[in-house]
Amino acid sequence: MAQLVKTEEAISKIQDGMTIMVGGFIGCGIPEQLLEAICHKQVKELTIIANDTGILGDAMSQLIVKRCARKVMASHIGTNKETGRQMTAGELEVQLVPQGTLIEQIRAAGSGLGGFLTPTGIGTVVEEGKQKLVINSTEYLLELPIRADIALLNAYKADKAGNLVYRRSARNFNPIIAMAADVIIAQVDHIVEEGEIDPDEVMTPGIFVDYLVQKQPREVSNLD
Amino acid sequence: MTKEARMDWLVRRVAQEFKNGDVVNLGIGIPTKVAGVLPEGIKIILQSENGYLGGGPAPEKGKEDPNTVNAGGQYATILPGGCSFDSATSFAIIRGGHVDVTVLGALQVDEEGNLANWMIPGKLVPGMGGAMDLVVGARRVIVAMEHIAKDGSFKILKQCTLPLTAAKQVNLIVTDMGVIEVTPQGLVLKELAPGITFEEVQACTEASLI
Repeated sequence: MAQLVKTEEAISKIQDGMTIMVGGFIGCGIPEQLLEAICHKQVKELTIIANDTGILGDAMSQLIVKRCARKVMASHIGTNKETGRQMTAGELEVQLVPQGTLIEQIRAAGSGLGGFLTPTGIGTVVEEGKQKLVINSTEYLLELPIRADIALLNAYKADKAGNLVYRRSARNFNPIIAMAADVIIAQVDHIVEEGEIDPDEVMTPGIFVDYLVQKQPREVSNLD
Repeated sequence: MTKEARMDWLVRRVAQEFKNGDVVNLGIGIPTKVAGVLPEGIKIILQSENGYLGGGPAPEKGKEDPNTVNAGGQYATILPGGCSFDSATSFAIIRGGHVDVTVLGALQVDEEGNLANWMIPGKLVPGMGGAMDLVVGARRVIVAMEHIAKDGSFKILKQCTLPLTAAKQVNLIVTDMGVIEVTPQGLVLKELAPGITFEEVQACTEASLI
């Protein structure tokens, strides 16, 4: 059952050294209020699993700029030059993963699967160290599931049972990471009563969600 | 022909490769421009790997929706009949062979259809994003790029020297000099840009053209 809590209480679940997943795609659909609170709390040594590390200046990018991370797993880091700089300087471990593989590794973990076979990465550096299998004369890589301690989501609407609705391209990684961590925290624009979201419109079933945080108007949520 | 005219020819030539109703994913840069020059009577369904089908033109100023951006992070629109979905569904569409054509830029492409477009070791390491999945999963892979690099070096090679995005997946290369098909026998120069000769294209290409 989802609990409605304040940002600070939700973020208190995040400790130094944890692995966190973050929803969003190059600045769209990121839980910026939660990320700002992590930076403000100066959490350290995180392993961050996300599509990308934001656009330099946005809340996602600040996790890297403020040195909250020890390691990043992402498909793309080109829009935040600080990630590349820290990687080149040996200050941050970066593992680049094809986007379709990364999201499926997360989906596999959340779905109780031991992994999956993908043709993506065959004949490239991505195949190094991975088991190859031939199925019906096509070569595949065995990719393993990825879980996290905490997943941070951005949703457009939630009811108090935790059922979530996303908007347009802000959906991206959010509903998938909602299944693949021990604690799920969702930052939500609009929180409504149970029954106000039609069951057919729910995109993430409420049983996945542990904490709901009401997104505040930007001037209120600015913790700096 | 001026450089601009040749690039315009390139973009319009790529657009002629689409069939009506094709599901198409366009990479950032030159490929994005193809959507604006479709031939009369050809409608395509644009797929954006961050999670929608039915991509439309950039929104008017003042009508941007922060929840509707394309895979390059720019404000976008979704046309009537379009739909949005999560990233796992998006890559099921991509890897599952439901995208008819993908058009991408390249750093290098070679005579076996190998493609390198995601990193230059020690210089540029932005990450592969969705490119590796797109090139493996799309039914047809078209590379759209300038024929030679800005520093004058060859981009169409006997063998790629940069880390590959995918092996043996490229079907067609369209440049500002012509149209080259990747075949089991090698690279076949099918068409020349206006005012360009076979010898001129070969002089700008490391791989042997047929």
